[in-house]
Amino acid sequence: MTAREEILRRINVALAGATAQPVPRAYRVAGELDRDGRVALFRRRVEDYGGVVLESAAPGETIAAVLAERGARRIGVSPDLDEALLPVGVEVVADDRLTPRQLDALDGALTTCAAACAETGTIALDGGPGQGRRALTLVPDLHVCVVRRDDVVETVPELLARLEASARAGRPIVLVSGPSATSDIELTRVEGVHGPRRLVVVLVDRPPA
Amino acid sequence: MRELAARSARPVAFPSAAEAAVTDEQTRTNVRLAQDTIRARRVAVAAELDDWEALRDAGAALRDRSLSRLRDLLPLLEDRVTRSGGVVHWARDAEEANEIVVRVARAAGAREVLKVKSLTTDEIGLNAALERAGLRPLETDLAELVCQLADERPSHLLVPAIHKNRTEIRDLFRERLGLEELTDEPRELAEAARAHLRAAFLRAKVAISGANAAVAETGTVCVVESEGNGRMCTTLADTLITVMGIEKVVAEWRDLEVLLQLLPRSATGERMNPYTSLWTGVREGDGPRAFHLVLLDAGRTRALADPVARPVLRCIRCSACINACPVYRQTGGHAYHTVYAGPIGAILEPQLAGPRGQPGSLPFASSLCGACADVCPVRIDIPGLLVHERGRVVRSERQGLEGASLRLLGRVFASRERYERAQRLARRLQRPAVREGRVRWFVGPLAGWGSSRELPAVPPQTFREWWADRDRA
Repeated sequence: MTAREEILRRINVALAGATAQPVPRAYRVAGELDRDGRVALFRRRVEDYGGVVLESAAPGETIAAVLAERGARRIGVSPDLDEALLPVGVEVVADDRLTPRQLDALDGALTTCAAACAETGTIALDGGPGQGRRALTLVPDLHVCVVRRDDVVETVPELLARLEASARAGRPIVLVSGPSATSDIELTRVEGVHGPRRLVVVLVDRPPA
Repeated sequence: MRELAARSARPVAFPSAAEAAVTDEQTRTNVRLAQDTIRARRVAVAAELDDWEALRDAGAALRDRSLSRLRDLLPLLEDRVTRSGGVVHWARDAEEANEIVVRVARAAGAREVLKVKSLTTDEIGLNAALERAGLRPLETDLAELVCQLADERPSHLLVPAIHKNRTEIRDLFRERLGLEELTDEPRELAEAARAHLRAAFLRAKVAISGANAAVAETGTVCVVESEGNGRMCTTLADTLITVMGIEKVVAEWRDLEVLLQLLPRSATGERMNPYTSLWTGVREGDGPRAFHLVLLDAGRTRALADPVARPVLRCIRCSACINACPVYRQTGGHAYHTVYAGPIGAILEPQLAGPRGQPGSLPFASSLCGACADVCPVRIDIPGLLVHERGRVVRSERQGLEGASLRLLGRVFASRERYERAQRLARRLQRPAVREGRVRWFVGPLAGWGSSRELPAVPPQTFREWWADRDRA
């Protein structure tokens, strides 16, 4: 008997007579805030975990200022990032299968996101347009993420509903809530370990088209 | 070599291990700090959600439902992962799981394998197995790295190095990583770990992770973490191996909307942990080129077969019960001598390890106060299960001296004649031990019990004897 058969047999024996009960879902699924309320909450929650949030009418300029302020001269982007978001005055490197070492040599990464969740201050990446692959937002030390105000939902169930199609299509998903952090030494929170040490969210109204 | 596989190590009974642990002031101070800090955070973020109790109801129910449908969900998960280019393996026990991992890692040409913090791989003693096979496991979680460098066992599910303070970690890094100038600032220590591991991440060939959950209908595996080491391993390695207990599977994508609220808030007291990775098989151009999922039984089906104990498999390893436990507070995690410590360990370990496991003292390492059940996000009745496990221990010990004495007593009490003879015998035997009408001196197996107790002596004359004498007079 193979291990698979043996384990399934054990499960069958163990569960003889067991029935599946329905799951009560009385918890909150839909939020109640309007768009401004969601964006304001999202902003507070990201800042709470050490992320920086900027509101911008002219994303290209804001992003250029963010990068200049942080001394980032070479930044990586997904090859399909909307050109309207490209900052001037910095070297932009398209991530065309860069090696981990090449990614490590970048000063930062600039991406969009799939959706964001206000209640937890989370941004979700699913490899959609402008988001690039997972390594792009992981290896460089600075992550600048452009979030459309319309893409901010209130609750975790709303966020996961937005991601369901990607999950079914087998696309990898990453949820990011603030910069990387550890509390392993005497429970003192230190922001910035292996993932990006700095997270900047730029809130915009209009698309990347 | 570190005794990661606690079960293969010589079992130590909790009372004697605890006796040593409670004299370690440093550990006790650290554990108190950990409990108080995490507990306060957990209370604050749970209170933020007015539907917290409804989430717990849903969490308990969806875990139960998944367990009752394991027979269908596991093949479904296997199918989804396989269709997305992953390879699924089944392991009946720890040994089989270790063999699979070693074989896959070797075939991938690795000498060094990166590890994401994983209790399941601790449980099966994977690091020791890798070392025996000539492979070098490298723990990438900061606290796990500290434990690995110090050659010590983790002492807490969530913050494994909580027994070490910053000065001890600084000294360890100075010695083992050759960083002479290092101070004991947590920021600087975290920075040292980043620098130490970065090169390893960038050259990673093989990485090994556990899984917090897997969604059967989509084939999605889920890992939650904080530092980014989990993302590094699950993204940058050429080959990713995930070892997952079969009980971790859930049915639907939307089950994650419950677990991803319950877990971070119950574990670290955060609204959401910094990083959650979700992936299905392999993805062309993004992440590992090969993905292996090892589905591990190792005692899970034994727990499943016990309808009373089955809910222990709901556990999502948040450690809220540990942070609430007054016994753990005094002893810390090492006294349990198991991978899973605290209240959950006391009910999970006997189930997973079975009759050949640790000594039966763990279910007794509790005052049954119920603080653990109050915080459990999936509503496991931990005190009830502790009593259940105690019952099993007692029944299995019926063969011993205690069982034999109780059977003898049963026979004595069953017959008046035997009872009266026993009384007369006891009256003679008790003589040297009686002071002022009480038995105050015990020998043999009763010595320990009697060191702080006394018994009324058998009287010189019982009522029946007096009655019989009266008739004769």
